[in-house]
Amino acid sequence: MSDNNTKKINVSPSALYGWLGDRIFAVSVFVLGFIVIFTTLAMAISLYYEGSEAITRFGFWGFLTGEKWDPAITMEFGAWPFIVGTVSTSLGALALSFIPAIAIAVFTAEYAPHWLSHIIENLVNLIAAVPSVVIGIWGVFVFTPWIRDTVEIPVYIWSLENAPGLTPILGNPIGYGMMTATIILTIMIIPFTTALTVDAFRMVPKEQREAASALGATKWEVIRMAVIPYSRGGILAGTMLSLGRAIGETMAVAMLIGNKNTLPFTLFGPGSTMASVIVNEFREAVENIHLTSLMAVGFYLFLISLIVNLAAAYIQRKYAVTGGRAV
Amino acid sequence: MRFTKKMAAALVIAAAMSTAFAQKIEVIGAGASFPAPLVTAMADQYRTLTDGRVTVNYQSIGSGGGIRQFGEQTIMFGMTEAFLNDEIVEEVEKKTGGRAFNMPITLADVVVTYNVPGVKEGVVFNGEVLADIFLGKIKKWNDKNIQALNKSIKLPNLNITVVHRSDGSGTTNIWTSYLTKVSKEWADKIGYATSVNWPVGVGAKGNEGVAGVVMNTPGALGYNSYAYALLNKISYGYLINKSGNTIKPNFEATSEAANIDLPEDTRIIFTDTPAAQGYPVAGFTWMLVYENLEKNKAIKSKNEAEELIKFLIWAITDGQGLSERLGYAKLPKAAVDKNKAMIRELKWNGEEIGKKILG
Repeated sequence: MSDNNTKKINVSPSALYGWLGDRIFAVSVFVLGFIVIFTTLAMAISLYYEGSEAITRFGFWGFLTGEKWDPAITMEFGAWPFIVGTVSTSLGALALSFIPAIAIAVFTAEYAPHWLSHIIENLVNLIAAVPSVVIGIWGVFVFTPWIRDTVEIPVYIWSLENAPGLTPILGNPIGYGMMTATIILTIMIIPFTTALTVDAFRMVPKEQREAASALGATKWEVIRMAVIPYSRGGILAGTMLSLGRAIGETMAVAMLIGNKNTLPFTLFGPGSTMASVIVNEFREAVENIHLTSLMAVGFYLFLISLIVNLAAAYIQRKYAVTGGRAV
Repeated sequence: MRFTKKMAAALVIAAAMSTAFAQKIEVIGAGASFPAPLVTAMADQYRTLTDGRVTVNYQSIGSGGGIRQFGEQTIMFGMTEAFLNDEIVEEVEKKTGGRAFNMPITLADVVVTYNVPGVKEGVVFNGEVLADIFLGKIKKWNDKNIQALNKSIKLPNLNITVVHRSDGSGTTNIWTSYLTKVSKEWADKIGYATSVNWPVGVGAKGNEGVAGVVMNTPGALGYNSYAYALLNKISYGYLINKSGNTIKPNFEATSEAANIDLPEDTRIIFTDTPAAQGYPVAGFTWMLVYENLEKNKAIKSKNEAEELIKFLIWAITDGQGLSERLGYAKLPKAAVDKNKAMIRELKWNGEEIGKKILG
């Protein structure tokens, strides 16, 4: 009997449970990790390669700052109007979404009773899960006519009578335009900022709050002095994720922005973004230089996203709280 | 002994089945999205007609994609709303020693759609007025140039919101080629292509996008394919053609527009048609086929080439019967004749199989 047991113990475990299994695991994780790096690089390289005809023809800076997009007569292409459109709509959406998103997060994490915060969180996540084409359709049939009739036209008429200098900035009040697209983007990115901010708030140690309360802080003061500073990293991460989403958003924007490819863009008037021009013109781009120019726009969009992500990583590292110490 | 007999019988059946299977042919094509519903319907009917032997597989990837895949020889036929330019034709000639045929397969027609409260279908336009509207020179509905063409209608003092396609499309190609023909200023400044540098207006994606914006924006004026306007009951305008006749859009007028003296290779844009009763904003959609079919790497055998030709012939003759129900105009006789002339020149290793099949 005991002899039998010793025998069992003496049998070495199969190789799979020993060094071999470890090795296999390490290698597969390593390979998977490298696939991500490799794919990203491959994407950048192939975008550059496919767009190189346009980039060499107009020059790296020439294409970047070129304002003309003429696929019919002169065949001249430049990405500047789309860069302006992408940057202004996404930064606009970021600015509009920031305060409401933080406010929703403060309410759900700090004020709302448990059951209510659950409901709000689920609804916020639901907005994030709605496909952008559905938001686009809602925008076309509900939001655009509403904003045109209740905001744009009254404001435009008011400015005609009282501030004629403003009208060129406002532009034609047709509903489809930069402002509509920006507001829709705002609605689409709020969930991202909110979700990450709520998580960050929940990770604030109890001691932190108690310390602030012990000093006689009111609830709002606790949030302002202890909670928000401590969760800066999470808030910034959420914001940057939202910005990335806004920059890359394609379908809803293409449906609502009005798609005008020449500067100047106005507040109410139509504009376009890098993603929207690609989705619009890619399928039927017959001429080679037209197609390669679209690819080149894709390459620049890739670069901008890369810069945003790197900036986000840097900011997060700089402001993140480590070891329970709010800096 | 009995068993072997049974097995032999089974073998014979299996062999018969496998030859039947081998005879099944897939005709692969790709290209323009505009004719996709028609080609798909044709494919369905053709499959029934051949008892499931010939399947036509059409992928709607856009005209640009159709031309590129045709050049790369991954498809048996391409489909495009802009005919092959000289550069590509020469390239094909150098590569295959034969021509690349553009065969008209159906017609696209574009109508002016609008939304003016209180005004129904039938506002009359001419080329000059439309070009001025799309250049941003005519800004109001009650502009004297529009009112002059519509004496019986009281047009309101309302801003015109121009709506155009934001995506590249054959519809835009036809529409801008019409404006190019009727206005020198448009020809010099904007030109025509599947997408252009629009001077004014809002861009919306797809026929449905333009229709959507037109329908919910008072004062909007856009352009849609006729079938789409008809289906969605959007008000559309009548056009004065080159001969001075006011034409209400309809399928016959569209077919009539192409019933003119066509060039041998059918590479023609006939917007602003000289046909007296023709609707002025219409154009062909072409099927692209190599003259020397054996040079197309996507076609692997003479048998496949012959089936492709048979489908082609059916599509331009009996297959046209499907057109109007789906919102397409039928090919006019002039175009069918030119197609037949081209089909007669199709070859497989020098053998004139087109002539043989068509007779």
